[in-house]
Amino acid sequence: MENCEALIIGGSAGSLDVLLRVLPAIRPDIKFPVIIVIHRKHGADSLLPELLSGRTRMEVKEAEEKEEIVPGTVYVAPSDYHLLVELNRTFSLDYSEKVNYSRPAIDVTFQTAAEVYKRKLVCLLLSGSNSDGVNGLKTVKEWGGTAIIQNPETAQVAFMPQQAKQHVKIDRILNIEDMAEFINLLS
Amino acid sequence: MELPLISDEQVEILLSDLLEHYGYDFTGYSKASLKRRVIRLYSLDKIPGFAEFRYKIINDNVYFKRFVEQITVNVTEMFRDPVFFKTLRDVVLPRLGTYPFIRIWLAGCSTGEEAYSIAILLKELNLLHKSLIYATDLNPSVLEKAGQGMFQLSYMKQYSENYILSGGKNDFSSYYTAKYSLAKFNDELRGKMIFSTHNLVSDHSFNEFQLILCRNVLIYFDRDLQHKVLELFDDSLEDLGYLALGTKETIDFSRISRKYKRLQSEKIWRKTN
Repeated sequence: MENCEALIIGGSAGSLDVLLRVLPAIRPDIKFPVIIVIHRKHGADSLLPELLSGRTRMEVKEAEEKEEIVPGTVYVAPSDYHLLVELNRTFSLDYSEKVNYSRPAIDVTFQTAAEVYKRKLVCLLLSGSNSDGVNGLKTVKEWGGTAIIQNPETAQVAFMPQQAKQHVKIDRILNIEDMAEFINLLS
Repeated sequence: MELPLISDEQVEILLSDLLEHYGYDFTGYSKASLKRRVIRLYSLDKIPGFAEFRYKIINDNVYFKRFVEQITVNVTEMFRDPVFFKTLRDVVLPRLGTYPFIRIWLAGCSTGEEAYSIAILLKELNLLHKSLIYATDLNPSVLEKAGQGMFQLSYMKQYSENYILSGGKNDFSSYYTAKYSLAKFNDELRGKMIFSTHNLVSDHSFNEFQLILCRNVLIYFDRDLQHKVLELFDDSLEDLGYLALGTKETIDFSRISRKYKRLQSEKIWRKTN
């Protein structure tokens, strides 16, 4: 596998528990940014970065518009905005129509990042109850990136990774306990 | 669904066409978002090829309007971010109430939901009679819709909840009349609004205001254009006037920031003299 320049993790129902388990085991000196897009209720805004930052020594912050994407930092998509990656490796926010009934939509971040990082992008789709992320993973594959899903059989809600497995040529299917090791080896 | 591919170079070609043929300058917009909108429209309208797309935009005036309307984001709602509107209600508008006349500029008003929200606040504070809301947007078609003051009746439940969270005490439905699937807002509110086209990229300051609201517009602009637009706002704002931006927007990076003081935790700044 090529060097990883960005890891994006998308998830919906049942994915927070996975993050809380995996994040502490990720080496804080990884050489790429971790971008997290999780569906959640609008309004509970600063809570997720706060919750996650208690679980890692890496810096965890909400992604801000025009912010430069820095390796070794964990970025969380703000609630109620789509998070996009620009060619110059900064973030944009977008308040356009929901995609797959979701804002932020995992597809939007996966798709815009796919063109930017190309072969050096790794996207991981976790547990969830809708099919957001599936089209995004397709685009990631088209641009030569790596598509990974949580094992649907061990996901709290299997639908999302299951859909991805059905429609996309997935590179790896991981159980929760194997995720951190996989990520640590990406550097 | 496979996404049809339009390259970055092709997006650039479309943007220079727009500038050359219509004088619309989108070159300072954030590229990822713009490109996504262009691809979305290309696929929505089932355009057979890039050459046709380009030809249609240049030669078909009706399609050009659709193009501009579709690549800009016009999603909005009434009393979006209720806490923001509560601060307007409790802090900002009462202070402006001491002026003999209140001029408000709502830049990037889209289909008008915020204009009606602000008019309702002014009405409840007994300030509407001495206020004017200048609501501008670059799209003539959204302004036309805004002027009609009719919104989907099915959204009213959500808007009513937002209204109550923003500190509203009245029956929200007293502000509109249901007409089939639409809610028509009272003419009294509409009477204090002036809708007009204004392009933040190319048009100048046109008045002095005590309050300028521009929420979730700057996120679509690159830093240079954000600087420029913030200076336009600064030129258009009286001393001690207020500038309100979207939840994820800021003036912190900009040259005008040293003249401004932020209000509480909201994205509202007051111009100091």
